[in-house]
Amino acid sequence: MSAAYLRYELLRTLRNRRFLFLSLGFPLVFYLLVAGSSRGVRDLGDSGLSAPLYYMVGLVSFGAMSAMLSSGARIAAERQAGWHRQIRVTPLPPRAYLRAKVLTGYLMALLTMAVLFAAGAAMGVSLPAGRWLEMTGLLLVGLVPFAALGILLGHLLSVEAVGPALGGGVALLAFLGGTWFPISDHGLLHVVGQLLPSYWLVQAGHVALGGAAWGAHGWLVMAVWSVVLGRLAMAAFRRDTARV
Amino acid sequence: MTGSGIALAGLSKTYSSPEGPVHAVRGIDMRVAAGETVALLGPNGAGKSTTIDMLLGLARPDAGEVSVFGRAPADAVAAGAVGAMLQTGELIRDLDVRELVAMVASLYPRPLDVDETLALCGIEQIAGRRTQKLSGGQTQRVRFAIALVSDPELLVLDEPTVALDVEGRRAFWQTMRAFAARGKTVVFATHYLEEADAHADRVVLMAQGRIVADGPPTEIKGLVGSRTIRATLPGAPLDALGALPGVTSADRRGDAIVLVCADSDAAIRALLAAYPQASDVEIAGAGLEQAFVALTADGAVRA
Ligand SMILES: Nc1ncnc2c1ncn2[C@@H]1O[C@H](COP(=O)(O)OP(=O)(O)OP(=O)(O)O)[C@@H](O)[C@H]1O
Ligand SMILES: [Mg+2]
Repeated sequence: MSAAYLRYELLRTLRNRRFLFLSLGFPLVFYLLVAGSSRGVRDLGDSGLSAPLYYMVGLVSFGAMSAMLSSGARIAAERQAGWHRQIRVTPLPPRAYLRAKVLTGYLMALLTMAVLFAAGAAMGVSLPAGRWLEMTGLLLVGLVPFAALGILLGHLLSVEAVGPALGGGVALLAFLGGTWFPISDHGLLHVVGQLLPSYWLVQAGHVALGGAAWGAHGWLVMAVWSVVLGRLAMAAFRRDTARV
Repeated sequence: MTGSGIALAGLSKTYSSPEGPVHAVRGIDMRVAAGETVALLGPNGAGKSTTIDMLLGLARPDAGEVSVFGRAPADAVAAGAVGAMLQTGELIRDLDVRELVAMVASLYPRPLDVDETLALCGIEQIAGRRTQKLSGGQTQRVRFAIALVSDPELLVLDEPTVALDVEGRRAFWQTMRAFAARGKTVVFATHYLEEADAHADRVVLMAQGRIVADGPPTEIKGLVGSRTIRATLPGAPLDALGALPGVTSADRRGDAIVLVCADSDAAIRALLAAYPQASDVEIAGAGLEQAFVALTADGAVRA
């Protein structure tokens, strides 16, 4: 019975044109600006990497993370409409509800990634298929904690609060995760960064740049965040039955 | 039989607010037999929606118990036995009316046919319109369709006719009654005595978080349809006042007396004949609000 529900949720997401264009358009424009201006740079900062490749990878993890978290804004809007109470007087199981929200988040994340991969290809980025698959797979796994975080914030915050929270949260997570510039190998930022899921998401992207995949440390951090945030999201949904 | 009908026992709910605790519901006992249609009638803030929230499992009572067909509310909801139209709520956007009703129908084990439901709720003409483009009354009709499409054993409606025009109201009640006639249980909240009178088997009158009267519509109508006479009249005995023709009950507030009257014309004549010194005489109309104040101020009335 929840298959039909999921289908309608996906349909709704794709029909929200403004949301779609802004979510997909922002990382794309960003990429075209940054990578377009340094298109000819074949060896960015002695890294041996071309600028279009380097920025594509950075923006893919950033864009996928924001797309995932944006489910929080949609949930907050639905709560504002009182839909969280209406859905609670139907037999929809909480798990099916959360699954639908996670999958709509993944739909947005995948679209964002596809757009950026296409833009990268247009700028001359080419990767061996194995690399590309490994990066994509790892990114998808790395998005799990962000799916939970988006749902959690959506059920905790009002429509007014969720905008700044997501905007600031994405910027902070991206900064500490080393999206914009590499975090040095030692010092406080490095220690803090390695405890955050965004750091490992960025590392997942770096697989395409010849970086190492996650070691035990990375898998552990991601697993802990996924479980903790997943439980919190479930709890937040379960207790979210009041008028807002 | 414990499994049949709905039972609310000793229900209380207090909210905290910046001005201090709000005792929204204070000790409600009520049973609704399976197949019965019951109106919750009361003024703003009486606790109707809070009671409904507890009946639906949306709010946890501070004290007391709720049983819906012998089950906890959440279990009855999970089994698909409950359909509800809440007081506040808009529709989610980016689906058309038919899709939204079909989406809700898909969550229930034995829903009604979607097109049939749209017709019953008078929204077949707007079936293809996006939910964010609807008028207030159209939205209300779609919300009714969402509650109805589940074909529930218990239908809960919180002020369902708000925003509906005259024809919309008539059609709404007709559909509701046809539904109830199939042996279904219906609980609805309203401010309007006429709605409760016309469409319920029983009326439960609420004020200030309590049930102040519970009985057949005619009985409640007699109680609430009354007028009150207020006058400054120090020293008059309450017994004698209460025995005047047309007076149901008499009460004193300082120097003033308050008479709840079934027949205020007879009462005012008798009052002035017996007590010509009565001054500042006021007769208040049959507004629910005043009637509730009269009924609840002294706790005198328990039907
Ligand atoms: N979440 C809340 N926090 C604080 N007070 C609340 C909350 N919800 C309801 N109340 C208060 O509880 C009281 C009862 O509210 P309720 O909504 O049950 O009344 P009602 O009978 O449905 O009124 P109306 O006819 O206006 O819909 C009101 O005084 C209301 O302000
Ligand atoms: Mg109400």
